[in-house]
Amino acid sequence: MRRIYLDHSATTSVKPEVAEIMLEHLIQKYGNPSSVHSFGREAKKGLERARDQVAALINAQPEEIVFTSGGTEADNMAIIGVANKYSKRGKHIITSAVEHHAVLHTCEVLEKKGFKVTLLPVDEYGIIRMDDLRKALTPETILITIMHANNEVGSIQPIEEIGTLAREKGIIFHTDAVQSLGKIPVDVRKMNIDLLTGSGHKIYGPKGVGFLYVKKGIKLEPLVFGGGQENKYRAGTENIPGIVGLGKAMELAGEEMNTEMTRLAKLRDCLIKGLQQRISNVTLNGHPILRVPTNVNLSFEFVEGESMLLSLDMKGIAASSGSACTTGSLDPSHVLLAMGLCHEVAHGSIRMTLGHENTEEDIQYVLEVFPAIVERLRNMSPLYQEKRKECAECTLKK
Amino acid sequence: MYSEKVMDHFTNPRNVGELENFSGVGEVGNPACGDIMRISLFVEDNIIKDVKFKTFGCGAAIATSSMVTEMVKGKSIEEALTITNKAVAKALDGLPPLKMHCSNLAADALHKAINNYQEKMIS
Repeated sequence: MRRIYLDHSATTSVKPEVAEIMLEHLIQKYGNPSSVHSFGREAKKGLERARDQVAALINAQPEEIVFTSGGTEADNMAIIGVANKYSKRGKHIITSAVEHHAVLHTCEVLEKKGFKVTLLPVDEYGIIRMDDLRKALTPETILITIMHANNEVGSIQPIEEIGTLAREKGIIFHTDAVQSLGKIPVDVRKMNIDLLTGSGHKIYGPKGVGFLYVKKGIKLEPLVFGGGQENKYRAGTENIPGIVGLGKAMELAGEEMNTEMTRLAKLRDCLIKGLQQRISNVTLNGHPILRVPTNVNLSFEFVEGESMLLSLDMKGIAASSGSACTTGSLDPSHVLLAMGLCHEVAHGSIRMTLGHENTEEDIQYVLEVFPAIVERLRNMSPLYQEKRKECAECTLKK
Repeated sequence: MYSEKVMDHFTNPRNVGELENFSGVGEVGNPACGDIMRISLFVEDNIIKDVKFKTFGCGAAIATSSMVTEMVKGKSIEEALTITNKAVAKALDGLPPLKMHCSNLAADALHKAINNYQEKMIS
């Protein structure tokens, strides 16, 4: 059966060039970069090349990059690291209601330890309002942590404005850029970013590796203690195969970004328009323009997300949903609810995230099979039945 | 994560629809939690002669609805009242733990439909 992967925001495949350099560092250049001998030196060379590659993509200095086990650890390191280091200055943190759980749950932990956390609301597109941020600032505020692009709906936050405001007020600014790196330009200097989280496996690198950019002059209390690796920020022998893979993936992402993202934005728009033309009561979640080129998030009213996912999977299409069934709780996606969607519409959301392997033919195939899936489920749905009754009544009245 | 039986009932649900001349109808759940099931029955001589369902919900919600209609067809009202949510899940070779609580409501919908029938009989 034909298989189409439309879940690139969950994870991606590893590109062959990336796998190649990883394999080399697994089998031949397996030394410990802390060792003095030639084995250690060649591992160290790989490590530092990766640092250069990562720094180049975000316009940072190589020594400002700290490798971690992934995006979640980098988020934890940034937030807890700042909180522990600067708590004497103040105990207030500002974040948004649509952050990834790696940020939200970390902030909750700090709340239990006596920090005050402000969750900024978002507009209907999932974007914060600068006025809300300005009003939330207090003399106690030590950290603003707001993501660059949202993982569920792809909306892009006004990072440069936030950065400028934070810099003006002398507040540290962290952004989780896991979903934006390689998709839209990221420039830590221009955007006044102090801390930035990145991950390997969302951009065709390996899983289990990420990084935190720590601007020169910003100090963090480390989370992991030991041998003093990564400039004492993150002890433990470096995951060299992962790190060189991440570096290569970042380099390729930078080279290919312009052409690849123009291509994917076209496919994205074709998918959104095509589904809205073919199926009634389909709404776009997230901003129509201020969104990453890879993200499609649609709500199909009167049907539930998981049943759509199962049906799509049977046709070989891999997607994801913000329905409760897939969030692992009784509530649907916190992002969609924060955007003001009602529960039933949030339950009917489907996210399709495009990538490297996807072609125009893939999109055509999805457009062909999707309407029948929705129709079958709607015919089973008591909500749809009522809706049709309502419509019939309206028509009669007219 | 779902058993083959669940997938079978999800893919080919039995008795989808709503009876026009129903003896009783029952609905449970609400859209906020992501599941609504509506079951309609046709009863003659105390036997459930026909039954149909409509469900808004996940794979488990659809499969349990379909399964309960199959289990109850041809049964007496008394027999039907003994069917539990647990029995429906068991007939489907089990459900993932999370689904046991949130999407396993089909027997409740059935009982509501029977209650509705019984109330109508009394009045």
